[in-house]
Amino acid sequence: MKITVNGTQYDIDVESDMPLLWVLRDELGITGPKYGCGIAQCGACTVHMNGEAVKSCQVAAEDIVGEVVTIEGLGTPDAMHAVQSAWVEHQVAQCGYCQSGQMMTAAAFVLETPAPTDEKIDEAMSRNLCRCGTYPRIRAAVKTAAKNLSDA
Amino acid sequence: MGKIKTIARRSFLTGSAAIVGGVAFGVYRYKTPYANPLLNGLPEGEAALTAYVKIDASGITLITPRADSGQGAYSVQAILIAEELDVELDQINVDPGMPDKAYYNTALGADGAPFAPTDDSFAANTTRAVMDSMMKFAGMQITGGSTTVPDSYEKLRVAGAVARETLKMAAAEKTDIAVADLRTKSGKVITPDGTEIRYEDLAAIAATLDPVEDVALRDPNTWRILGKQHQRYDTVAKSTGTQAYSIDFKRDGMVHAMVRTNPRRGGEMISFDDTEAKAMRGVQKVLPITGGVAVVADNTWRAIQAANAVEIEWGAAPYPAEMDAHWQALSDSFNDDQQDSRQRDDGNVVAALDGADVIEAEYRAPYLAHAPLEPISAVVEVSEDRVDVWTGTQIPRFVQTNVSKVTGVDFDDVHVHVLMMGGSFGHRLEDRIVKEATEVAMQMPGIPVKLTYSREEDMAHDDTRQIAMGRGRGSVKNGQVETMDLGIAMPSVVASQMGRQGLSLPGPDTQIVAGAWEQPLSIPNYRITGYRAPELAPISSWRSVGASTNGFFHDVFLDELIHAAGADQMEERLRLCWHEPSRKVLEKVAEMSNWGAPLAPKKGRGVGFCMSFGVAVAEVVEVTNTDDGIKLDKVWVAAEVGKVVDPNMFENMVQGGVNWALGHAIMSEITYSDGMTEQENFDTFESLRMYQSPKIEVAGLENGDHVRGIGEPMVPPAAAALSNAIFAATGQRIREMPMNKFIDFV
Repeated sequence: MKITVNGTQYDIDVESDMPLLWVLRDELGITGPKYGCGIAQCGACTVHMNGEAVKSCQVAAEDIVGEVVTIEGLGTPDAMHAVQSAWVEHQVAQCGYCQSGQMMTAAAFVLETPAPTDEKIDEAMSRNLCRCGTYPRIRAAVKTAAKNLSDA
Repeated sequence: MGKIKTIARRSFLTGSAAIVGGVAFGVYRYKTPYANPLLNGLPEGEAALTAYVKIDASGITLITPRADSGQGAYSVQAILIAEELDVELDQINVDPGMPDKAYYNTALGADGAPFAPTDDSFAANTTRAVMDSMMKFAGMQITGGSTTVPDSYEKLRVAGAVARETLKMAAAEKTDIAVADLRTKSGKVITPDGTEIRYEDLAAIAATLDPVEDVALRDPNTWRILGKQHQRYDTVAKSTGTQAYSIDFKRDGMVHAMVRTNPRRGGEMISFDDTEAKAMRGVQKVLPITGGVAVVADNTWRAIQAANAVEIEWGAAPYPAEMDAHWQALSDSFNDDQQDSRQRDDGNVVAALDGADVIEAEYRAPYLAHAPLEPISAVVEVSEDRVDVWTGTQIPRFVQTNVSKVTGVDFDDVHVHVLMMGGSFGHRLEDRIVKEATEVAMQMPGIPVKLTYSREEDMAHDDTRQIAMGRGRGSVKNGQVETMDLGIAMPSVVASQMGRQGLSLPGPDTQIVAGAWEQPLSIPNYRITGYRAPELAPISSWRSVGASTNGFFHDVFLDELIHAAGADQMEERLRLCWHEPSRKVLEKVAEMSNWGAPLAPKKGRGVGFCMSFGVAVAEVVEVTNTDDGIKLDKVWVAAEVGKVVDPNMFENMVQGGVNWALGHAIMSEITYSDGMTEQENFDTFESLRMYQSPKIEVAGLENGDHVRGIGEPMVPPAAAALSNAIFAATGQRIREMPMNKFIDFV
């Protein structure tokens, strides 16, 4: 089957029920999306599929539709997305393991919600777990990202 | 009582780290430094001026042997070296280096001494020095106990200074200019006429010189880097998905393994049927390992699926199968025969409580998983004459020893490459996974085997935090706390943890009373007794270890006594506290929170204080009792650490640690049924989410004489402050965690 990830088309030969997460990580070597729970609880595997933030551990290979964007496709160290720049500015990460997923959730959210309140941010970002507890900085970084995007 | 008397104080002092060997060959050889491991096989033209600084034509590498699990250890170590080496943080690479005895942890030894951190007496400091030299002899390279900063604070600055002065000497040789006329800046030696010579260009000459050892550390007033805010070494990588973690590590020809061992931890495997698993796509082998089976496949997911398809009959658990029996074992441990320590016994508790109105309370704290978000993994490759291990670990030298034992390959031929960790919280002080991966790799020589735990396997075998029980009896008089008698029962964390390394704990376990016995309070009748419960399920160091439970027991009971006395929670704690730096954290948190100001209806505030790992921390938690349950509004934290190495990292760590402590206190527990952990994943082992996370204001104080680490000490007072706040808001006293068993939270 053919899938498009970060603008590149790949031909993959996998079981129909292999989750997108493992297609990305083990078949394509795209390791930005992380495995944390496998049951849609932690959100470390969050990617965009057709522009929507989805938990890639819950998307079976046969259900992959449209373009998949991972954290690597959102931006790079030399050309960061506004969300990534905000994450750097606020130095959000401790262990950083959840942050790829946090940023993918945030990137979809700030597009839909240009001037988010704390409540809206909390609601949207509570889909993702951070065991290090960096929530105060995630909250601040989402605000900065939303502001920078709407100013741009 | 007989038992405690027969144990010499000397055996107590080995308590917290159980070191093989003795005090006898102590301090003398301590003076001789270990050889610099970077000199082994160093290519020509490279200079390894100390064990921490390596320079070659391509750049400057700082060796940061304390592992980074997200706490910023690499960045902190780099800051300390860079301050004296005169390099900028964007000029250097960091590398954890290879494990070596030269990187032993000094501070962990000192903290194992049976003296309160506030005790600066001759005896206390002498004992700490002996503990230090024992850690050195054992070559204990461990990251833990919030020791990275105290251990490194002087050592790494000296390393930087030695390298700098040696580079100046090399420049003097090259230019014929006297060392005294040379200065250094941003990775260069600068001559009087302004000529700049890059350190890299001096490496070859420096390598031929004996390092300058007589160096003086700079006056803190001149520091450019230390104490300032920096961008962490890994911030960009962790903000762009480009940071590689242990679980991302890859070798050519690598296969993927998943194991299943008895969920009744430590129990045996009776039989297994791998018919279905073997027929699954991508499965290469099903192999026996100690206590279970391993499935080897061409992909992580396939390995996990196939491992779960193996039908296995498990044996019984080597501990009580049901939770009630665990609690009963603790409850039964409050007796003289099981008394482990009584390090504090001020005044006369027995006489004071005789005939008094006795206030009594019992407290409980559950087992907890560490559950860092990255499930643990290890890659092992067994070749003819060497073994390579790539993994995220806090104990690389133990890993080296254990892999050597499992394979029979010489210790020196086992190469442990430490990788970046997606959290740990103490989880990676264990190395079972490496032994399992090694057993698989031995059956597939020459092939790199990557073992990744599924979340379920990780949680089923997470050696948890201890369960603990506290029993307090106390009295008040004339509006003041008069008597506090607290007994704490738990199994020994240190015995369980070191037991898995084949080491024993000769004396009492300081962790049973940590966070309680050493509190700087002058209560007239004040006694803290540790009771050692029998070994139950396996337990290990969980962020703040003994203090994670005891800080809760001690400070909530104190709150109850202060309430009974009718005194103000803050004022009475201040009145009882004799230690000036600790008083200052209480005063600071009172000032930050405007303690005593009137609160809106349904709001309540609690204060918590605990000194652990030598750090005095006071926290005020404010909650609202809403129709939907308790809502966390705000937390104020003040911590005394001697020196804040980087205020940005400090704030992040403290905020995260407070969230960690509050989340677990509210909603998390590991329980056993039929000998197995009932929680398998984050749906049942719940964790704090953003909507529950309060605003957290942080102050780091620098009034004390000792520089300390902040990885753990913010944890113990948080749960106490929360319980005390809930009492203030609702009148309901919560004495057991998780608290959501007793009251609803938003």
